[in-house]
Amino acid sequence: MSQADSSPQTYAQTPLGDWHRSAGAKMVPFAGYEMPIQYESIVSEHHACRNAAALFDVSHMGRLRFDGDGSEALLDRLLTRRVTDLPIGGVRYGMVCNQDGGILDDVLVSHLKTPSESRYHLLVVNASNRAKIVEWIKPLLEDFPKVTFSDRTELTAMIAVQGPLAMETCKRLFSFDPSRLKYYQARITDQFSKPVIVSRTGYTGEGGFELVVRAEEATRVWENVLLAGREAGFVPAGLGARDTLRMEAAMPLYGHELDETVDPITAGLNFACNLEDRDFIGRDAIAAVKSAGPRRVRIGLLPAGRRPAREGCDVLSTDGQVIGKITSGGPSPTLGYPIAMAMVDAEHATASEFEIDIRGKRSPATRTKLPFYRRAQK
Amino acid sequence: MSRDKSKLLYAETHEWVDVAEEGGQKIATIGISGFAIEQLNDLVYMELPEVGKTIDAGEEFGEVESVKAVSPLYSPVGGEVIEVHAELPDNLDQLNDDPYDFGWIVKLKIEDESALANLMDFAAYEKQCAESG
Repeated sequence: MSQADSSPQTYAQTPLGDWHRSAGAKMVPFAGYEMPIQYESIVSEHHACRNAAALFDVSHMGRLRFDGDGSEALLDRLLTRRVTDLPIGGVRYGMVCNQDGGILDDVLVSHLKTPSESRYHLLVVNASNRAKIVEWIKPLLEDFPKVTFSDRTELTAMIAVQGPLAMETCKRLFSFDPSRLKYYQARITDQFSKPVIVSRTGYTGEGGFELVVRAEEATRVWENVLLAGREAGFVPAGLGARDTLRMEAAMPLYGHELDETVDPITAGLNFACNLEDRDFIGRDAIAAVKSAGPRRVRIGLLPAGRRPAREGCDVLSTDGQVIGKITSGGPSPTLGYPIAMAMVDAEHATASEFEIDIRGKRSPATRTKLPFYRRAQK
Repeated sequence: MSRDKSKLLYAETHEWVDVAEEGGQKIATIGISGFAIEQLNDLVYMELPEVGKTIDAGEEFGEVESVKAVSPLYSPVGGEVIEVHAELPDNLDQLNDDPYDFGWIVKLKIEDESALANLMDFAAYEKQCAESG
């Protein structure tokens, strides 16, 4: 056992910080914020999300707003994904890359219309990358003088409601029934006349939605959703369960599967790149990787036995050559055995048997298709 | 057998030690505290040392793993591993209920007693936990 880190440092609080603490959450520093890692237990929160629904405070994620003529064109230059044809109510997943195709962040962009019929785009970025992305956007703004850019992160809160019962249970909570949205659609509605963005997106592999509300409304909306789902078994869940859930769904996490040394093709995110008939920062480098084929490939591994392989463990071919590293790994609460994602040299990526060096001990592992878990489709 | 947690010695790193005389030898039984188990939460794996291995005081002798993280286990005393609790890794859920009896991890034949002087009694350990928790 190690000793607790007691270095004095202050962290930002989300608008729900007091709620988490009064609910007895265990708080940890994450990307400059103090965030709940768990309330009761990671495993019980994980199961609640798979079987009923879980609420996650994701207010630490950055929310960047683009208003005015040229917003589409600016974002189209910024993102690997086409934005100019994103209809109102549409949401897309894409990446911000540097000129070399290295991933600066993976993001969601939404095209929204306010009740007063004005349109804007909302870019949701990772908390750990927010400052970097804001700086990256600034020079672009000079080319698009009619665009008004604002960082809405601290004025708003973001709540993810994820699980098979999320939609049905919350049908009547807002003026607009979120179950009328298709996957990757969003719209602005309200609760008691207070605006709420509802987006049918998430990061758990379950159905459900994400909400953006004004910071001062956060606790009320959070409690309303929890109350609505009390009979159904809704629970608040922390970053611990969020990580095990996204890992089972094989969703990449920035800083693990993704970073500036990885391009979208290598990360296995071809679907999030529109390379044809458009230009964006990093396009040529990404197109070159696509035509030559990536040198590394993201794969799924099942470590034998019960000992989890964690991030950073070396992956070896069966003849003992180091051919890659684990990017995320741990026990899968749903499956009941350990799972891991790895980046390995492309020439070895089709092998079926591997070894993993788990802190000095070699352990066999077999390759498996990603994702590890896929929800039953209705 | 029922071990009294208030009579054990504790390391800053949350291991407990029960020292007993057996046939003229001082034997240390080592486990991890109930406070630590509660903090770790959702245990999934434990790695034990091999019998016959000699471990220095403060050296890592195994690890315990929760869903979220791996925590090394440090030996509060130096000595030779004479027994390991082989059923424990397959019954980690029972550690929660019974950290001091069923939850013993290893027994060492003490070769270096000096480290015992650095350990805390229960009252001092409880104070450490209260301050960190």
